[in-house]
Order: sequence, then structure tokens, then C-alpha cells
Amino acid sequence: MGEFIYYGDASLLKRPKWDDKNAEDKFYKYLYLRKNIAGIHKELWFHQQGDRSWLVVTRNTKNHEILKVELATEVVKGLDK
Amino acid sequence: MSYNIFQIIKEGLKGNMGWVKTWRNPNIKKKYDVIIIGGGGHGLATAFYLAKEFNIKNIAVLEKNWIGGGNVGRNTTIIRSNYMLNENEAFYEFSLKLWEGLEKQINYNAMVSQRGVLNIFHSDAQKDSFIRRGNSMIINGADAELYDLNKIKSIYPFLDYQNARFPIKGGLFQKRGGTVRHDAVAWGYAHAADKLGVDIFQNCEVNNFKFKSGSCVGVETNRGFIKANKVGCAVAGSTSLLLSKADMVLPIESHVLQAFVSESIKPIIPGVITFGAGHFYISQSDKGGLVFGGDIDGYNSYAQRGNLDILEDVCESGLALMPSISKARLLRMWGGVMDMTMDGSPIIDKTHIKGLYMNAGWCYGGFKATPASGWCFAHLIAKDYSHSLSENFKLDRFKNGYMIDEKGQGAQPNLH
Ligand SMILES: Cc1cc2nc3c(=O)[nH]c(=O)nc-3n(C[C@H](O)[C@H](O)[C@H](O)COP(=O)(O)OP(=O)(O)OC[C@H]3O[C@@H](n4cnc5c(N)ncnc54)[C@H](O)[C@@H]3O)c2cc1C
Repeated sequence: MGEFIYYGDASLLKRPKWDDKNAEDKFYKYLYLRKNIAGIHKELWFHQQGDRSWLVVTRNTKNHEILKVELATEVVKGLDK
Repeated sequence: MSYNIFQIIKEGLKGNMGWVKTWRNPNIKKKYDVIIIGGGGHGLATAFYLAKEFNIKNIAVLEKNWIGGGNVGRNTTIIRSNYMLNENEAFYEFSLKLWEGLEKQINYNAMVSQRGVLNIFHSDAQKDSFIRRGNSMIINGADAELYDLNKIKSIYPFLDYQNARFPIKGGLFQKRGGTVRHDAVAWGYAHAADKLGVDIFQNCEVNNFKFKSGSCVGVETNRGFIKANKVGCAVAGSTSLLLSKADMVLPIESHVLQAFVSESIKPIIPGVITFGAGHFYISQSDKGGLVFGGDIDGYNSYAQRGNLDILEDVCESGLALMPSISKARLLRMWGGVMDMTMDGSPIIDKTHIKGLYMNAGWCYGGFKATPASGWCFAHLIAKDYSHSLSENFKLDRFKNGYMIDEKGQGAQPNLH
């Protein structure tokens, strides 16, 4: 539909490992539970009708103001460290 | 005060000076047996059935804004029971039956109008799946009819039968579905609950709970602390915010859904029609406005207003179905904040805290559920175990793998 598609909370970048301790519980939380913040929210968007990049957008869910946009690949590099 | 024809005549003769307020504006008591947070359709219905069916007398409803200002007064007013999964269908059919007797029960004209809901299909595969859904409805005691193309042409001559991309092949029709005046549902339940002694407070926002040795013993509000034996939350799109005060993280995202209304035109649309090749549904209000909508905006939002790309998408879908509406001018549009769950189905359950109950996750379809939701939630609060029709709507289904995913879409709210 739109140029950008929403995928959900950016916590989805932190996927648990299959052999983690309590992996079952971690995957349940990862897949289903959301903080659902009213205010500043980090979230994933896909530039579907464009360069097909994944983005981490920082956005205020109370007024839709976009505060920051980063490439998800860059954000993930930061997480790995 | 009861509303009836004699009252109208009497008041007419006396210059309408004797009408009293639809519900009282009482003083807040120190303590209630049950406090319901959220004066939307679900909260008010819960309070009403608690008093009426479960014999609980000392009840308060706390609403942070005004009665009817939430989703109950923002939806597109459609009621139906045309679900496929047994967990949903039995519940929604119970709701439809309650709608059928509602106005007598609450002594309020909610304009329940069973004008029929038609779901159009556009391919043979879609026809098969609609037939399957129709059978599931019939098994659960609801009504469903298969309409072929000729029947649809005779009742709905204004649809586009030349559309090569999305040809109309037939439809699944539920005659008992229809529309209800949404804000009258809130006012009517408030009126009836008030008559049974329920205290309703507007401009009363709950900011926190009070816990004592693992139990919920009351709520902190902008009008002070109120004690309660039991507290039920029915705050729709605000559920995650409210229950974060009880350290809960929920399988819910809050999303915006919009509604659109055109200028008034002469009667053209009988009943509700949904487009099967995109997301678009339409009906005509008694005032003549075309009332229509489509998908949620698709990203987390608490803004209570939507964006224009959805308007464009909804109108495109609408024109693919009914090109004639291109000449109607859009008069009003608004948004409401939906509590979208990860499987698209609701939650009516206890929480990990004794005395704290939740009713949430109604997504874009909770208006039709209002009576059954109120009934089942009242049952849970009064008896401390689930009503048989809502025992599948539990929070732990996400953990145990018993999702109720009507569309089989997976854990992503903007796909439901
Ligand atoms: C545009 C639109 C179209 C829709 N169309 C349909 C349809 O055609 N058919 C259908 O079945 N459903 C439809 N829905 C969905 C339906 O409206 C909702 O699922 C349902 O109304 C939610 O339940 P409610 O009435 O109790 O919510 P609400 O009316 O939103 O009630 C919740 C109340 O809680 C209050 N509250 C929140 N936080 C607090 C607090 N901390 N303290 C005190 N009070 C608080 C809010 O102010 C609000 O009044 C639609 C929704 C929208 C927005």
C-alpha cells in the first residue's frame, strides 16, 4: 500500500538464540509481548516501494512525529558489540 | 426515569420540562465491591450485567473522559456473528442474540437495525472459504445464506459488475447482522446500570492501582483513592498503559483505525456491504451519510487520528466496488485507538494479581461484542471463573500455543 511498511517494535532485532537457557520462554516474549509505549518508540519499517532497506525509526506514538531514522543493519552491528 | 410512549406524551403536554438526566452524578463513595475502569461500551455493559444478572450492587464505573467518547462512539456501528472459528463464533452469536433483546432490557432506543451484512467474494477459492465459514456459522446456531450473482444484482444494482480485475461472483449474507447507533449503546447501558444503582463517574482517571499482599485493594484516581474488593479493566486502546502499572507486558499493540462519513444522500445502500478483494466496508446511516472504513493505519499510535494514505486506500477499494460513490463528498473522518492483539482475538481473563481482572484486545471488532463481552466479564468478576463462552479468551493462550487466529495471519497485529 504505502511506500513504507511497518513491522513492529525494534526489540524484534534482538532475536533469542535457539539454544539459550529458557529459549521457549524467551521466544514467547520475543514473538508476542510488546511494551506498546505511549511516547518515544523505536520500531522497524521496511522501505518496500523503494530501496528495500530495513529501518529503525524513532517515533512519538502520541503525535506521529519522527525523531530519528537509522539503517537496521547499522543498529544491529551496535547490538552485536 | 423509564422511557416510554406515555412519558413522551406527558412530557409533551408539560413542555418537556420534567425530563431528568439519563444517569445520576453521585458522590464518590469510599469503597465499592467492584470498580470498573473505562466507561466505554464494554465497561458499562459489564457494570450493567454485574448488577442485573450477577446480583452485585455496590459498583462504580470510572471514565477518564466522557461517556461515549472512546471507541464505543467512534466505530462504524456494524454488528454481525460471521466468524469461522468455534471459539469466536459461539461467543459472537451469543452477542448477536443479546443485541436482539437489548433495547427492551435497557429501556433505551439504541436503533438496533438488522439490515443484513453481505460479504462479497470475487473468486472460486474465496467462494469455497466463505461457504466453509457459512457452515461454521450455521453449526454454531447463527444464520448464513449464500447469494449468487443474480441475487446480488437484484438487491444491489449499484455495484460494479464490469470490474475485470475483481469480478463479483457472489456473497455470504447474514440477515440478522446490521448496525446499531453506537453512542446510544453507551448511553443506554449507562442509563440502565445507573437505574440498578451503579455509580458512573466521568472525568475520573485511574492513575495507579493499590496492592496489598498480592491483592488489588483499590485505585488511585485524579479524584483520590477509592477502595475496592475487585477491579476490572475495560480501557480498550489504553490497556497496555493501565496494566503496565501492574507490571504487565501484554500481547497487544495500540493502532489507529479510521472511520469516514459522506454527506447525506438519498437511501441507496440496504444493509452493510464488504468488499472481498481489499479492505472496505460500507453502510448508510439513517441520516443518509455513507459510513465506511477499511484497514487500520498499521503502526503503533495513541494519537486518535489517522493519516491520509489509508483514506486513499479505502476510497480506491470503495470505487472498485461502487464507482458511483466517487461523486459523494467526504464530510467527516476520525480515528480511534485499537487494542490489537497478536492473534486478532480478545482477552477476558484474571491477571496474576488477585482481584484484578482484564477485558481487552478487541481490535477493530469489539463493538459487536459489547453485550457478550460485558456479560462474560461480569461472570468472571462475580464468580472468579470464566464463562464457558470466554474460556478460550485467556492470556496464557499465547504462551501455550492456543492462539485464536481467525485469519491465520500470524503474530503481527497489522495483518489482522
Ligand atoms: C473507526 C472504528 C471503527 C470500528 N468499527 C467497528 C465495527 O463496525 N464493528 C465492531 O464490532 N467494532 C468496531 N470497532 C471496534 C470497537 O469500537 C471497539 O473494539 C470497542 O468499542 C472497544 O470497547 P469499548 O467500547 O469499551 O472502548 P472505549 O469506548 O474506547 O472504552 C474505553 C474507555 O476507557 C477509558 N479509559 C482509558 N484509560 C483510562 C483510565 N486510566 N482511567 C479511566 N478511564 C480510562 C477511555 O477514555 C474510554 O472511554 C471500530 C473501532 C474504530 C475506532
